[in-house]
Amino acid sequence: MNTPVIGVLALQGDVREHLIALAAADAVARPVRRPEELAEVDGLVLPGGESTTISKLAVLFGVMEPLRARVRAGMPVYGTCAGMIMLADKILDPRSGQETVGGIDMIVRRNAFGRQNESFEAALDVRGIPGDPVEGVFIRAPWVESVGAAAEVLAEHDGHIVAVRQGNALATSFHPELTGDHRVHALFVDMVRANGTAESL
Amino acid sequence: MSTIENQAPETGTARVKRGMAEQLKGGVIMDVVTPEQAKIAEDAGAVAVMALERVPADIRKDGGVARMSDPDMIEGIIDAVSIPVMAKSRIGHFVEAQVLQSLGVDYIDESEVLTPADEVNHSDKWSFTTPFVCGATNLGEALRRIAEGAAMIRSKGEAGTGNVVEAVRHLRQIKNEIAKLRGFDNHELYAAAKELRAPYELVKEVAELGKLPVVLFSAGGVATPADAALMRQLGAEGVFVGSGIFKSGDPAKRAAAIVKATTFYDDPKIIADASRNLGEAMVGINCDTLPETERYANRGW
Repeated sequence: MNTPVIGVLALQGDVREHLIALAAADAVARPVRRPEELAEVDGLVLPGGESTTISKLAVLFGVMEPLRARVRAGMPVYGTCAGMIMLADKILDPRSGQETVGGIDMIVRRNAFGRQNESFEAALDVRGIPGDPVEGVFIRAPWVESVGAAAEVLAEHDGHIVAVRQGNALATSFHPELTGDHRVHALFVDMVRANGTAESL
Repeated sequence: MSTIENQAPETGTARVKRGMAEQLKGGVIMDVVTPEQAKIAEDAGAVAVMALERVPADIRKDGGVARMSDPDMIEGIIDAVSIPVMAKSRIGHFVEAQVLQSLGVDYIDESEVLTPADEVNHSDKWSFTTPFVCGATNLGEALRRIAEGAAMIRSKGEAGTGNVVEAVRHLRQIKNEIAKLRGFDNHELYAAAKELRAPYELVKEVAELGKLPVVLFSAGGVATPADAALMRQLGAEGVFVGSGIFKSGDPAKRAAAIVKATTFYDDPKIIADASRNLGEAMVGINCDTLPETERYANRGW
């Protein structure tokens, strides 16, 4: 697979920024709102947005179940902020009826870093991203309370886990798509490419 | 490595303020006056709520001076939901904005729906950690607000009327002016900045980007799922719905329907399904019978 096709779940959130970042990282990027669109992509980004809104719309329009099935089957996924919450097997204090896709054995705390006044930027060392630190943009961001044995912690801020990978699932509390630095997206595109090569063997 | 430990995290940057609005895109922000309404909005899939004492339709009906809401009421709404909470300050009333920031609201709307406190100056929005959204009827007005520090723009429309005509007018105006800038060469951009009464740097940025440097929502008159989809097709990145939801017959149902139509704004079948059996829409006001003095869109300069 030379150029992987990567979708961005486009029910709500900063979809455009992810499409731009993925294209800059040499993927074919397209929005995904329907089950049949999901079936056509090699990997999927769950963008930043309101996790309650996105999960409601995903259930309502029949995307949640096919998405869970594909993640279980090993499709690479990357979630930022709300997307991280969607990939958590468990949310601490979820809103009533809030469902997740799951895929990473972790417990996530929503809005853990506080409300908008506490939103911040900080430089981060992210495992797997060599060179300069990553500019972390945290907006009403969640953090990871704890991870299971299969999940690898990629970054921490102030003693809290803010980036995790488990197999083909990647999640960050912060928003690389807002910075113009596409290295995290490039890492994900590599994951999708490697998965495609493995599948075709 | 150690250099990272030494860098203090930075709050209130332009990137986290504008970035917050990026997270709201494709969504619906709903006016609510009680914690119960806020919960209905959240359950319907709103991306944020605007906490206020009276919806614009009632401000119109009641008359008098409309001010910032009671802090108790705003805090009650903040406690009731997990989605972001916005609240309105009067134009130029930077102390109301300071109060709202101290309450921990996630966005401040310096709004023409309230009675202006200053007929010359808007608040200096750079001096706040809390981001601001402001209304605009045209590109020059939008860029003046961004120059003052607004991190999000909404086309004004005419709040509290349930009539989408002004929302369409203002959004089309902004989009047309942006399209026109795209065709200008460097020489013409200076004159364009003068014409727009906006800083040259911002005018140049818009000409290059082909869009505002901040998120653009639509507001003021959206009452139906089709209205919301119309504004999205015209280029709004999301919609504010004020009186349209809680002045209708079945608010929970209408709120959910508007959320659906905002996401699938380009799919008439889904909009049709969302539009079925919603009960009474708000009554609405014809904007051409509205006296000049009662037009909120004229407030702000």
